[in-house]
Amino acid sequence: MATLELIGFGSTGWGALLLLAALMTLCVTASALAIGAVLGAIIAAAKLSGKATLVTLGNVYTTVFRGVPELLIIYLIYFGGSSAVTSIGKAMGYEGFLGMPSFLAGALAVGIISGAYQAEVFRGAYLAISKGELEAANAIGMNRSLRFRRVIIPQVLRFAIPGLGNVWQLSLKDSALISVTGLAELMRTSQVAAGSTRQYFLFFIVGGILYLVLTSLSDRIFNGAERRANRSMPTAAMGKA
Amino acid sequence: MDFAFLLQTMTTLLKAVPMTLALFSLSVFVGGLLALLIVWMRVGGNPVLSAFAKGYIFVFRGSPLLIQMFLVFYGLGQFGFIRYSFLWPFLREPFVCAVLSLALCTAGYSAEIFRGGIRAVSPREIEAARSIGMSGALLVRRILAPIAFRHALPAYSTEIVLMMKSTALASLVTVWEVTGVAQRLISQTYRTMEVFLCAAIIYLVLNFIILQAMSLLEYSLSRHRRAVPPALKA
Repeated sequence: MATLELIGFGSTGWGALLLLAALMTLCVTASALAIGAVLGAIIAAAKLSGKATLVTLGNVYTTVFRGVPELLIIYLIYFGGSSAVTSIGKAMGYEGFLGMPSFLAGALAVGIISGAYQAEVFRGAYLAISKGELEAANAIGMNRSLRFRRVIIPQVLRFAIPGLGNVWQLSLKDSALISVTGLAELMRTSQVAAGSTRQYFLFFIVGGILYLVLTSLSDRIFNGAERRANRSMPTAAMGKA
Repeated sequence: MDFAFLLQTMTTLLKAVPMTLALFSLSVFVGGLLALLIVWMRVGGNPVLSAFAKGYIFVFRGSPLLIQMFLVFYGLGQFGFIRYSFLWPFLREPFVCAVLSLALCTAGYSAEIFRGGIRAVSPREIEAARSIGMSGALLVRRILAPIAFRHALPAYSTEIVLMMKSTALASLVTVWEVTGVAQRLISQTYRTMEVFLCAAIIYLVLNFIILQAMSLLEYSLSRHRRAVPPALKA
Protein backbone atom coordinates (compact mmCIF):
# COMPACT_ATOMS: atom_id res chain seq x y z
CA MET A 1 0.00 0.00 0.00
CA ALA A 2 2.90 2.31 0.69
CA THR A 3 3.77 1.95 -2.97
CA LEU A 4 0.32 3.03 -4.07
CA GLU A 5 0.51 6.04 -1.80
CA LEU A 6 3.83 7.07 -3.32
CA ILE A 7 2.49 7.15 -6.87
CA GLY A 8 -1.01 8.25 -5.84
CA PHE A 9 -2.47 11.71 -5.63
CA GLY A 10 -2.34 12.19 -1.87
CA SER A 11 -0.13 14.68 -0.04
CA THR A 12 2.83 12.28 -0.09
CA GLY A 13 2.06 11.01 -3.60
CA TRP A 14 3.91 11.93 -6.77
CA GLY A 15 0.99 11.11 -9.09
CA ALA A 16 -0.09 14.66 -9.87
CA LEU A 17 3.49 15.82 -10.42
CA LEU A 18 4.21 12.92 -12.73
CA LEU A 19 1.10 13.60 -14.82
CA LEU A 20 2.02 17.27 -14.99
CA ALA A 21 5.50 16.24 -16.08
CA ALA A 22 4.03 14.05 -18.82
CA LEU A 23 2.11 17.11 -20.00
CA MET A 24 5.37 19.08 -20.00
CA THR A 25 6.98 16.35 -22.10
CA LEU A 26 4.12 16.65 -24.59
CA CYS A 27 4.44 20.45 -24.67
CA VAL A 28 8.19 20.47 -25.20
CA THR A 29 7.95 17.77 -27.88
CA ALA A 30 5.15 19.60 -29.69
CA SER A 31 7.16 22.85 -29.64
CA ALA A 32 10.19 20.95 -30.89
CA LEU A 33 8.19 19.41 -33.71
CA ALA A 34 6.86 22.85 -34.71
CA ILE A 35 10.38 24.33 -34.74
CA GLY A 36 11.59 21.29 -36.64
CA ALA A 37 8.78 21.63 -39.20
CA VAL A 38 9.90 25.16 -40.08
CA LEU A 39 13.58 24.17 -40.23
CA GLY A 40 12.76 20.97 -42.08
CA ALA A 41 10.72 22.79 -44.71
CA ILE A 42 13.55 25.27 -45.29
CA ILE A 43 16.18 22.52 -45.52
CA ALA A 44 13.99 20.40 -47.80
CA ALA A 45 13.45 23.42 -50.07
CA ALA A 46 17.21 24.02 -50.12
CA LYS A 47 17.89 20.40 -51.02
CA LEU A 48 15.28 20.41 -53.78
CA SER A 49 16.34 23.78 -55.18
CA GLY A 50 19.03 22.26 -57.38
CA LYS A 51 21.50 25.08 -56.61
CA ALA A 52 24.82 23.51 -55.68
CA THR A 53 25.58 25.67 -52.62
CA LEU A 54 22.07 25.30 -51.19
CA VAL A 55 22.09 21.54 -51.76
CA THR A 56 25.47 21.23 -50.04
CA LEU A 57 24.28 23.34 -47.13
CA GLY A 58 21.19 21.17 -46.75
CA ASN A 59 23.27 18.00 -46.90
CA VAL A 60 25.69 19.30 -44.27
CA TYR A 61 22.78 20.17 -41.98
CA THR A 62 21.11 16.78 -42.24
CA THR A 63 24.41 14.87 -41.97
CA VAL A 64 25.60 16.75 -38.91
CA PHE A 65 22.35 16.77 -36.96
CA ARG A 66 21.51 13.17 -37.72
CA GLY A 67 25.06 11.92 -37.13
CA VAL A 68 25.96 13.58 -33.84
CA PRO A 69 24.52 12.32 -30.51
CA GLU A 70 21.40 14.17 -29.40
CA LEU A 71 22.89 14.75 -25.97
CA LEU A 72 25.81 16.64 -27.49
CA ILE A 73 23.42 18.89 -29.43
CA ILE A 74 21.45 19.62 -26.28
CA TYR A 75 24.72 20.59 -24.53
CA LEU A 76 25.61 22.80 -27.49
CA ILE A 77 22.30 24.68 -27.42
CA TYR A 78 22.02 24.87 -23.64
CA PHE A 79 25.57 25.94 -22.79
CA GLY A 80 26.18 27.77 -26.04
CA GLY A 81 22.83 29.53 -25.77
CA SER A 82 23.52 30.51 -22.19
CA SER A 83 26.86 32.09 -23.03
CA ALA A 84 25.26 33.88 -25.98
CA VAL A 85 22.50 35.22 -23.70
CA THR A 86 25.13 36.26 -21.15
CA SER A 87 27.13 38.20 -23.71
CA ILE A 88 23.97 39.92 -24.97
CA GLY A 89 23.22 40.79 -21.36
CA LYS A 90 26.71 42.23 -20.99
CA ALA A 91 26.23 44.37 -24.08
CA MET A 92 23.05 45.71 -22.55
CA GLY A 93 24.84 46.53 -19.34
CA TYR A 94 23.89 43.53 -17.20
CA GLU A 95 26.83 41.94 -15.38
CA GLY A 96 26.90 38.26 -14.46
CA PHE A 97 25.70 34.96 -15.83
CA LEU A 98 22.36 34.63 -17.57
CA GLY A 99 20.99 31.15 -18.18
CA MET A 100 18.99 30.17 -21.21
CA PRO A 101 15.49 29.01 -20.21
CA SER A 102 15.65 25.23 -20.21
CA PHE A 103 12.30 24.86 -21.99
CA LEU A 104 13.50 27.05 -24.84
CA ALA A 105 16.90 25.37 -25.02
CA GLY A 106 15.36 21.90 -24.97
CA ALA A 107 12.69 22.63 -27.55
CA LEU A 108 15.25 24.32 -29.78
CA ALA A 109 17.75 21.46 -29.52
CA VAL A 110 15.22 18.69 -30.15
CA GLY A 111 13.64 20.89 -32.83
CA ILE A 112 16.96 21.24 -34.65
CA ILE A 113 17.40 17.46 -34.56
CA SER A 114 13.85 16.75 -35.70
CA GLY A 115 14.30 19.37 -38.42
CA ALA A 116 17.01 17.22 -39.96
CA TYR A 117 14.69 14.20 -40.00
CA GLN A 118 11.67 16.22 -41.13
CA ALA A 119 13.66 17.65 -44.04
CA GLU A 120 14.08 14.12 -45.38
CA VAL A 121 10.40 13.36 -44.77
CA PHE A 122 9.26 16.48 -46.64
CA ARG A 123 11.70 15.89 -49.46
CA GLY A 124 10.45 12.34 -49.91
CA ALA A 125 6.84 13.52 -49.81
CA TYR A 126 7.50 16.20 -52.44
CA LEU A 127 9.18 13.69 -54.71
CA ALA A 128 6.13 11.42 -54.33
CA ILE A 129 3.86 13.96 -56.03
CA SER A 130 3.31 12.78 -59.56
CA LYS A 131 4.97 14.94 -62.20
CA GLY A 132 1.79 15.00 -64.23
CA GLU A 133 -0.09 16.93 -61.57
CA LEU A 134 2.57 19.61 -61.39
CA GLU A 135 2.56 19.91 -65.17
CA ALA A 136 -1.25 20.01 -65.22
CA ALA A 137 -1.20 22.85 -62.70
CA ASN A 138 1.22 24.75 -64.95
CA ALA A 139 -0.85 23.96 -68.01
CA ILE A 140 -4.02 25.53 -66.65
CA GLY A 141 -2.00 28.62 -65.83
CA MET A 142 -1.56 28.43 -62.05
CA ASN A 143 1.24 30.66 -60.87
CA ARG A 144 3.89 29.36 -58.49
CA SER A 145 2.25 30.36 -55.23
CA LEU A 146 -1.18 29.05 -56.22
CA ARG A 147 0.34 25.79 -57.36
CA PHE A 148 2.24 25.55 -54.10
CA ARG A 149 -0.88 26.21 -52.04
CA ARG A 150 -3.39 24.10 -53.95
CA VAL A 151 -1.36 21.22 -55.34
CA ILE A 152 1.90 20.81 -53.47
CA ILE A 153 1.08 21.56 -49.83
CA PRO A 154 -2.01 19.31 -49.48
CA GLN A 155 -0.22 16.35 -51.02
CA VAL A 156 3.09 16.82 -49.22
CA LEU A 157 1.22 16.90 -45.92
CA ARG A 158 -0.68 13.76 -46.83
CA PHE A 159 2.39 11.83 -47.93
CA ALA A 160 4.38 13.09 -44.96
CA ILE A 161 2.03 11.85 -42.22
CA PRO A 162 3.64 8.41 -41.67
CA GLY A 163 7.13 9.92 -41.67
CA LEU A 164 6.04 12.71 -39.33
CA GLY A 165 4.62 10.06 -37.01
CA ASN A 166 8.06 8.45 -36.83
CA VAL A 167 9.74 11.79 -36.20
CA TRP A 168 7.25 12.54 -33.43
CA GLN A 169 8.03 9.23 -31.72
CA LEU A 170 11.75 9.91 -32.07
CA SER A 171 11.39 13.41 -30.63
CA LEU A 172 9.25 12.15 -27.77
CA LYS A 173 12.08 9.85 -26.76
CA ASP A 174 14.74 12.51 -27.39
CA SER A 175 12.83 14.87 -25.12
CA ALA A 176 13.86 12.65 -22.19
CA LEU A 177 17.41 13.96 -22.73
CA ILE A 178 16.24 17.51 -22.03
CA SER A 179 16.17 16.38 -18.40
CA VAL A 180 19.92 17.19 -18.29
CA THR A 181 19.04 20.90 -18.49
CA GLY A 182 16.84 20.58 -15.39
CA LEU A 183 13.50 21.04 -17.13
CA ALA A 184 10.83 19.28 -15.04
CA GLU A 185 9.60 16.95 -17.75
CA LEU A 186 8.74 13.30 -17.27
CA MET A 187 12.28 11.95 -17.12
CA ARG A 188 13.53 14.63 -14.74
CA THR A 189 10.50 14.33 -12.44
CA SER A 190 10.85 10.54 -12.26
CA GLN A 191 14.50 11.05 -11.40
CA VAL A 192 13.69 13.56 -8.64
CA ALA A 193 10.92 11.37 -7.26
CA ALA A 194 13.19 8.32 -7.35
CA GLY A 195 16.03 10.16 -5.65
CA SER A 196 14.00 11.72 -2.85
CA THR A 197 12.09 8.54 -1.96
CA ARG A 198 14.95 6.11 -2.72
CA GLN A 199 12.41 4.08 -4.71
CA TYR A 200 14.42 4.10 -7.96
CA PHE A 201 12.92 1.00 -9.46
CA LEU A 202 9.32 2.04 -8.81
CA PHE A 203 9.57 5.53 -10.22
CA PHE A 204 11.57 4.62 -13.31
CA ILE A 205 9.02 1.88 -14.05
CA VAL A 206 6.17 4.35 -13.60
CA GLY A 207 7.96 6.92 -15.77
CA GLY A 208 8.58 4.27 -18.40
CA ILE A 209 4.91 3.27 -18.38
CA LEU A 210 3.86 6.88 -18.84
CA TYR A 211 6.21 7.14 -21.83
CA LEU A 212 4.68 3.95 -23.24
CA VAL A 213 1.22 5.47 -22.83
CA LEU A 214 2.35 8.60 -24.66
CA THR A 215 3.99 6.72 -27.52
CA SER A 216 1.13 4.26 -28.05
CA LEU A 217 -1.52 6.99 -27.85
CA SER A 218 0.28 9.14 -30.38
CA ASP A 219 0.76 6.10 -32.59
CA ARG A 220 -3.04 5.72 -32.69
CA ILE A 221 -3.56 9.40 -33.41
CA PHE A 222 -1.15 9.31 -36.34
CA ASN A 223 -2.74 6.14 -37.71
CA GLY A 224 -6.14 7.80 -37.52
CA ALA A 225 -4.82 10.92 -39.22
CA GLU A 226 -3.30 8.82 -41.98
CA ARG A 227 -6.59 7.04 -42.59
CA ARG A 228 -8.47 10.33 -42.58
CA ALA A 229 -6.08 12.02 -44.96
CA ASN A 230 -6.24 9.11 -47.36
CA ARG A 231 -9.98 8.63 -47.35
CA SER A 232 -10.32 10.40 -50.70
CA MET A 233 -7.51 8.39 -52.29
CA PRO A 234 -8.61 5.40 -54.32
CA THR A 235 -7.14 2.23 -52.87
CA ALA A 236 -5.50 1.22 -56.13
CA ALA A 237 -3.51 4.46 -56.19
CA MET A 238 -2.49 3.86 -52.57
CA GLY A 239 -0.80 0.67 -53.61
CA LYS A 240 1.38 2.59 -56.02
CA ALA A 241 2.28 5.36 -53.58
CA MET B 1 40.11 30.35 -34.06
CA ASP B 2 42.41 29.19 -31.34
CA PHE B 3 44.17 26.22 -32.88
CA ALA B 4 46.17 25.32 -29.80
CA PHE B 5 42.94 24.96 -27.83
CA LEU B 6 41.29 22.94 -30.61
CA LEU B 7 44.27 20.61 -30.80
CA GLN B 8 44.33 20.14 -27.05
CA THR B 9 40.57 19.46 -26.97
CA MET B 10 40.88 17.01 -29.82
CA THR B 11 43.62 15.04 -28.04
CA THR B 12 41.60 14.91 -24.83
CA LEU B 13 38.51 13.73 -26.68
CA LEU B 14 40.41 11.19 -28.76
CA LYS B 15 41.56 9.53 -25.54
CA ALA B 16 37.88 8.80 -24.80
CA VAL B 17 37.26 7.20 -28.19
CA PRO B 18 38.29 3.67 -27.09
CA MET B 19 35.61 3.79 -24.39
CA THR B 20 32.96 4.81 -26.92
CA LEU B 21 34.10 2.04 -29.26
CA ALA B 22 34.05 -0.54 -26.47
CA LEU B 23 30.51 0.45 -25.48
CA PHE B 24 29.46 0.40 -29.11
CA SER B 25 30.95 -2.91 -30.16
CA LEU B 26 29.97 -4.84 -27.03
CA SER B 27 26.39 -3.60 -27.07
CA VAL B 28 25.97 -4.21 -30.81
CA PHE B 29 27.30 -7.74 -30.37
CA VAL B 30 25.19 -8.63 -27.32
CA GLY B 31 22.17 -6.78 -28.71
CA GLY B 32 22.47 -8.64 -32.01
CA LEU B 33 22.47 -12.03 -30.28
CA LEU B 34 19.50 -11.00 -28.15
CA ALA B 35 17.66 -9.75 -31.24
CA LEU B 36 18.13 -13.13 -32.91
CA LEU B 37 16.63 -14.83 -29.86
CA ILE B 38 13.67 -12.44 -29.80
CA VAL B 39 12.98 -12.68 -33.51
CA TRP B 40 13.08 -16.47 -33.17
CA MET B 41 10.45 -16.21 -30.43
CA ARG B 42 8.42 -13.76 -32.48
CA VAL B 43 8.20 -15.82 -35.66
CA GLY B 44 8.58 -19.28 -34.13
CA GLY B 45 4.86 -20.01 -33.98
CA ASN B 46 4.54 -20.57 -30.23
CA PRO B 47 1.83 -18.10 -29.14
CA VAL B 48 3.23 -17.57 -25.64
CA LEU B 49 6.77 -16.84 -26.85
CA SER B 50 5.42 -14.69 -29.66
CA ALA B 51 3.35 -12.62 -27.21
CA PHE B 52 6.39 -12.21 -24.97
CA ALA B 53 8.49 -11.03 -27.92
CA LYS B 54 5.78 -8.59 -28.96
CA GLY B 55 5.63 -7.20 -25.44
CA TYR B 56 9.43 -6.92 -25.28
CA ILE B 57 9.56 -5.03 -28.57
CA PHE B 58 6.72 -2.72 -27.52
CA VAL B 59 8.33 -1.85 -24.19
CA PHE B 60 11.88 -1.31 -25.40
CA ARG B 61 10.92 0.62 -28.53
CA GLY B 62 8.27 2.69 -26.81
CA SER B 63 10.24 4.13 -23.91
CA PRO B 64 13.35 6.31 -23.95
CA LEU B 65 16.72 4.61 -23.61
CA LEU B 66 17.69 6.95 -20.78
CA ILE B 67 14.92 5.70 -18.50
CA GLN B 68 15.89 2.10 -19.29
CA MET B 69 19.49 2.86 -18.46
CA PHE B 70 18.58 4.52 -15.16
CA LEU B 71 16.31 1.60 -14.35
CA VAL B 72 19.22 -0.79 -14.75
CA PHE B 73 21.81 1.44 -13.08
CA TYR B 74 19.83 2.79 -10.11
CA GLY B 75 16.86 0.43 -9.99
CA LEU B 76 18.50 -2.98 -9.79
CA GLY B 77 20.71 -2.14 -6.83
CA GLN B 78 17.60 -1.53 -4.76
CA PHE B 79 16.88 -5.23 -4.44
CA GLY B 80 18.71 -7.22 -1.82
CA PHE B 81 18.64 -10.44 -3.79
CA ILE B 82 20.55 -8.73 -6.59
CA ARG B 83 22.95 -6.93 -4.30
CA TYR B 84 23.87 -10.14 -2.54
CA SER B 85 23.97 -12.32 -5.64
CA PHE B 86 27.07 -13.31 -7.61
CA LEU B 87 25.98 -10.81 -10.30
CA TRP B 88 26.48 -7.74 -8.15
CA PRO B 89 30.22 -7.28 -8.79
CA PHE B 90 29.29 -6.89 -12.47
CA LEU B 91 26.04 -4.96 -12.11
CA ARG B 92 27.76 -2.48 -9.81
CA GLU B 93 29.92 -1.33 -12.69
CA PRO B 94 28.48 1.59 -14.67
CA PHE B 95 30.09 0.22 -17.84
CA VAL B 96 28.27 -3.12 -17.53
CA CYS B 97 24.97 -1.36 -16.84
CA ALA B 98 25.43 0.89 -19.86
CA VAL B 99 26.24 -2.04 -22.16
CA LEU B 100 23.35 -4.06 -20.76
CA SER B 101 20.76 -1.35 -21.29
CA LEU B 102 22.11 -0.41 -24.72
CA ALA B 103 21.98 -4.07 -25.75
CA LEU B 104 18.46 -4.61 -24.37
CA CYS B 105 17.23 -1.53 -26.20
CA THR B 106 18.84 -2.24 -29.56
CA ALA B 107 17.60 -5.83 -29.39
CA GLY B 108 14.02 -4.56 -29.59
CA TYR B 109 14.70 -2.41 -32.63
CA SER B 110 16.91 -4.98 -34.37
CA ALA B 111 14.39 -7.77 -33.83
CA GLU B 112 11.82 -5.80 -35.81
CA ILE B 113 14.38 -5.12 -38.54
CA PHE B 114 15.31 -8.81 -38.75
CA ARG B 115 11.63 -9.76 -38.85
CA GLY B 116 11.15 -7.40 -41.79
CA GLY B 117 14.07 -9.13 -43.50
CA ILE B 118 12.56 -12.56 -42.90
CA ARG B 119 9.20 -11.45 -44.26
CA ALA B 120 10.89 -10.22 -47.39
CA VAL B 121 12.13 -13.72 -48.25
CA SER B 122 9.90 -14.91 -51.07
CA PRO B 123 7.71 -17.90 -50.09
CA ARG B 124 8.62 -19.55 -53.37
CA GLU B 125 12.24 -19.91 -52.30
CA ILE B 126 11.15 -21.53 -49.06
CA GLU B 127 8.81 -23.86 -50.93
CA ALA B 128 11.58 -24.77 -53.34
CA ALA B 129 13.89 -25.60 -50.44
CA ARG B 130 11.18 -27.70 -48.80
CA SER B 131 10.39 -29.52 -52.02
CA ILE B 132 13.97 -30.66 -52.44
CA GLY B 133 13.76 -31.96 -48.89
CA MET B 134 15.71 -29.45 -46.78
CA SER B 135 15.10 -29.80 -43.06
CA GLY B 136 14.25 -26.82 -40.85
CA ALA B 137 17.78 -26.06 -39.66
CA LEU B 138 19.32 -26.46 -43.08
CA LEU B 139 16.62 -24.27 -44.60
CA VAL B 140 17.31 -21.52 -42.09
CA ARG B 141 21.06 -21.77 -42.56
CA ARG B 142 21.18 -21.97 -46.36
CA ILE B 143 18.09 -20.08 -47.54
CA LEU B 144 16.28 -18.05 -44.91
CA ALA B 145 19.12 -16.51 -42.91
CA PRO B 146 21.35 -15.34 -45.81
CA ILE B 147 18.48 -13.81 -47.79
CA ALA B 148 16.85 -12.24 -44.73
CA PHE B 149 20.18 -10.77 -43.58
CA ARG B 150 20.74 -9.23 -46.98
CA HIS B 151 17.28 -7.66 -46.95
CA ALA B 152 17.71 -6.38 -43.41
CA LEU B 153 21.17 -4.91 -43.94
CA PRO B 154 20.25 -1.34 -45.03
CA ALA B 155 17.87 -0.83 -42.11
CA TYR B 156 20.30 -2.53 -39.75
CA SER B 157 23.12 -0.18 -40.71
CA THR B 158 20.85 2.75 -39.77
CA GLU B 159 20.19 1.08 -36.43
CA ILE B 160 23.92 0.62 -35.85
CA VAL B 161 24.55 4.31 -36.48
CA LEU B 162 21.79 5.10 -33.99
CA MET B 163 23.59 2.86 -31.52
CA MET B 164 26.80 4.82 -31.98
CA LYS B 165 24.87 7.95 -31.07
CA SER B 166 23.17 6.22 -28.15
CA THR B 167 26.50 5.41 -26.49
CA ALA B 168 26.55 9.11 -25.54
CA LEU B 169 23.93 8.40 -22.88
CA ALA B 170 26.42 6.25 -21.00
CA SER B 171 28.02 9.49 -19.82
CA LEU B 172 24.92 10.08 -17.68
CA VAL B 173 25.69 6.94 -15.69
CA THR B 174 29.31 8.09 -15.19
CA VAL B 175 31.02 6.24 -18.03
CA TRP B 176 33.61 8.62 -19.45
CA GLU B 177 33.13 8.33 -23.18
CA VAL B 178 33.44 11.11 -25.77
CA THR B 179 30.25 13.04 -24.95
CA GLY B 180 30.87 12.86 -21.22
CA VAL B 181 34.40 14.19 -21.61
CA ALA B 182 33.10 16.89 -23.97
CA GLN B 183 30.53 17.98 -21.40
CA ARG B 184 33.24 18.16 -18.73
CA LEU B 185 35.43 20.27 -21.04
CA ILE B 186 32.49 22.59 -21.80
CA SER B 187 31.74 23.20 -18.16
CA GLN B 188 35.43 23.77 -17.42
CA THR B 189 36.20 26.14 -20.28
CA TYR B 190 32.80 27.53 -21.40
CA ARG B 191 33.99 27.22 -24.99
CA THR B 192 30.97 25.31 -26.20
CA MET B 193 31.39 25.78 -29.90
CA GLU B 194 34.99 24.56 -30.16
CA VAL B 195 34.42 21.49 -27.99
CA PHE B 196 31.23 20.65 -29.85
CA LEU B 197 33.05 20.96 -33.16
CA CYS B 198 35.75 18.49 -32.11
CA ALA B 199 33.30 15.97 -30.65
CA ALA B 200 31.01 16.27 -33.68
CA ILE B 201 33.92 15.57 -36.03
CA ILE B 202 34.81 12.44 -34.04
CA TYR B 203 31.25 11.10 -34.19
CA LEU B 204 30.81 11.96 -37.85
CA VAL B 205 34.05 10.18 -38.76
CA LEU B 206 33.06 7.11 -36.72
CA ASN B 207 29.61 7.03 -38.35
CA PHE B 208 31.14 7.50 -41.77
CA ILE B 209 33.44 4.52 -41.21
CA ILE B 210 30.51 2.38 -40.03
CA LEU B 211 28.37 3.31 -43.03
CA GLN B 212 31.24 2.63 -45.44
CA ALA B 213 31.89 -0.75 -43.86
CA MET B 214 28.22 -1.64 -44.04
CA SER B 215 27.86 -0.63 -47.66
CA LEU B 216 30.99 -2.64 -48.45
CA LEU B 217 29.38 -5.63 -46.77
CA GLU B 218 26.17 -5.03 -48.70
CA TYR B 219 28.13 -4.81 -51.94
CA SER B 220 29.97 -8.05 -51.30
CA LEU B 221 26.74 -9.84 -50.35
CA SER B 222 24.83 -8.80 -53.46
CA ARG B 223 27.22 -10.06 -56.08
CA HIS B 224 24.41 -11.93 -57.82
CA ARG B 225 22.52 -8.69 -58.46
CA ARG B 226 25.33 -6.84 -60.19
CA ALA B 227 25.60 -6.82 -63.94
CA VAL B 228 28.21 -9.18 -65.29
CA PRO B 229 31.26 -7.15 -66.34
CA PRO B 230 31.55 -7.03 -70.16
CA ALA B 231 34.96 -8.72 -70.06
CA LEU B 232 33.45 -11.86 -68.55
CA LYS B 233 30.40 -11.92 -70.80
CA ALA B 234 32.30 -12.92 -73.89
